[in-house]
Amino acid sequence: MIRPPDLPSPGKILTLDDVTVSFDGFKALDGLTLSVDRGELRCIIGPNGAGKTTMMDVVTGKTRPDHGSAWFAEDVDLLALSEPEIAQAGIGRKFQKPTVFESLTVFENLELAIWGDKSFWKDLVARLTRAERRHIDDILDVTGLTTERAALAGTLSHGQKQWLEIGMLLMQEPELLLVDEPVAGMTPDETHRTAELLLSLAAEHSLIVVEHDMDFVRSIARRVTVLHEGRVLADGDMGRVQNDPLVVEVYLGA
Amino acid sequence: MLTRVVRVGRRLWTAWDADRGGTVLLVLLAGVAIAVPALNQLAPASSALHLSTYSLSLIGKYLCYAMLALALDLVWGYGGILSLGHAAFFALGGYAMGMYLMRQIGSRGVYGDPILPDFMVFLNWQKLPWFWVGFNHFWFALLVIAALPALLALLFGWFAFRSRVTGVYFSIMTQALSYALMLAFFRNDMGFGGNNGFTDFKDILGFDLHEDGTRVMLVVVTAAALAASYLACRAIVGSRAGRLFRAIRDAESRARFLGYRVESYKLWVFVFSAVLAGIAGALYVPQVGIINPGEFAPINSIEAVIWVAVGGRGTLFGAAAGAVLVNYAKTYFTGALPELWLYALGALFVLVTLFLPRGLVGLGASRRRAVQAGAAAPVIWALGSHVGVSLGSKLK
Ligand SMILES: Nc1ncnc2c1ncn2[C@@H]1O[C@H](COP(=O)(O)OP(=O)(O)O)[C@@H](O)[C@H]1O
Ligand SMILES: [Mg+2]
Repeated sequence: MIRPPDLPSPGKILTLDDVTVSFDGFKALDGLTLSVDRGELRCIIGPNGAGKTTMMDVVTGKTRPDHGSAWFAEDVDLLALSEPEIAQAGIGRKFQKPTVFESLTVFENLELAIWGDKSFWKDLVARLTRAERRHIDDILDVTGLTTERAALAGTLSHGQKQWLEIGMLLMQEPELLLVDEPVAGMTPDETHRTAELLLSLAAEHSLIVVEHDMDFVRSIARRVTVLHEGRVLADGDMGRVQNDPLVVEVYLGA
Repeated sequence: MLTRVVRVGRRLWTAWDADRGGTVLLVLLAGVAIAVPALNQLAPASSALHLSTYSLSLIGKYLCYAMLALALDLVWGYGGILSLGHAAFFALGGYAMGMYLMRQIGSRGVYGDPILPDFMVFLNWQKLPWFWVGFNHFWFALLVIAALPALLALLFGWFAFRSRVTGVYFSIMTQALSYALMLAFFRNDMGFGGNNGFTDFKDILGFDLHEDGTRVMLVVVTAAALAASYLACRAIVGSRAGRLFRAIRDAESRARFLGYRVESYKLWVFVFSAVLAGIAGALYVPQVGIINPGEFAPINSIEAVIWVAVGGRGTLFGAAAGAVLVNYAKTYFTGALPELWLYALGALFVLVTLFLPRGLVGLGASRRRAVQAGAAAPVIWALGSHVGVSLGSKLK
């Protein structure tokens, strides 16, 4: 089953309102309020420990906030759904540390990421359709892993694992992609191709990209949000954010 | 005609090439199913080729252990779920079969009661407890043999997997479950014969259990059940569900964020594995002629883990081979030096973990992936505590 792409309708794809997460009294997110438009490519930057990954944990159901609300599109209450339900609703996530199924082949990794109803009993008898095979071949092509299709994912280089994980996200065909530090550990060439790939996705999907590499952010960013101590410090286009004295002080100046 | 032969030949070659170890296992089992009846029934008792009654029960026992190993390898070797409670599922299946066999005795027991088994008469019970009703029917016993381990695994697994209990914690919980069941079955008032359990069986489905012919049939049925279990496990492992099960071991959260309810995948494989263990136990009891609470003993689960590790974890056929080899060794060892068996077993496990992480079947193959030594820790811990306890009781 390949889901027909939903046409982006005007409005917000993600709305976080006053979200607070504390770990033993320490506030990783402190009244975070943030919204992302449908079809937008949003970059999120901020120093280590600013709460970027925690924000993704909240959106994907891994961490429940103490306070606040999180909405997907106009009507999906993310705080009421489990992790698999959120994934099924159309949110995909790439982890900060590349996370793939190391003892399976590249092809099998992509197969498991196919969008569709997922149940043990169905998967016991599931067979790949011709269209699905073609889809996997396309993704192998896009991610440059065609020659690696039969290799165990555990044998891939760090950069290739990052790409495989991005490929798995694409198989999932999410409406909203959360991408945590996609170019960490990539060569300049791989970084460049990743930037192109993410830009090409932005038309049909909404993306939130967390990244440390400022050159990379500059190459893809339209709108940038700066997080600091669990809150939004600044927000706007790259030029404005870069010259914001607050931002320069806590982050860029360093 | 010739093209047909070629086509069949090619198909056989593909099957062999895709799973050489498994094909060897299936061929060996077919060999057992043919050779055992021939050597026992056709070879004259005086001949060197004759298979004795004792050998029959040994072979039957090894095959049941191989099935238990297969069940364990499915969850541990593929899903990384180290169950130290599989002996409990095995014992429950065995008890269900034992209840049928006890009721088959009828009035031939020592006390001659047509309904009540001897131990109930001995305890002055007047009436069959409700949970013994129905066990005079073979089909009912079969149902319970599968359903009881399945229910226990479903209940236990549902809580454990939903609460995301993993690793050593899961192992210890399964061990505790098994231990609790053992204590319960030791009690006379539970209605399962207390520490004596069930024995002195007479017949199964009308066939005399003391006849070699019946025992030959039991060996053949066990070999067939093992072959069928192997094929079922292979089908599961080769399905998308099986790949996801393996994927969960590698990266559980990745699987969740792809939209899989991972606990349900773990649960169903665990339940299936428990059913296999139960069937193995049910086949075991008529062949060894006894079932008692000792079958629930934690050490039994640990031994099963060692068979799998020795044979080769995550290969299915390796687990089955490991069970047969280790138990063959045990039969000789316990004859010669019974005191030292546990130490030998422990040493074997440590050696295999350190030097043969992929087990004996990994000897010839390339080292593609090593089993994490971390998985060995709970086994060594459990084995160590058991050796400690047995030492302690000797010193008293
Ligand atoms: N599970 C957790 N338990 C305790 N503290 C945590 C946990 N997860 C994150 N934190 C803390 O929350 C803060 C934000 O972390 P994170 O969201 O990972 O930051 P970023 O991704 O922006 O570098 C950090 O100080 C981190 O140590
Ligand atoms: Mg982070």
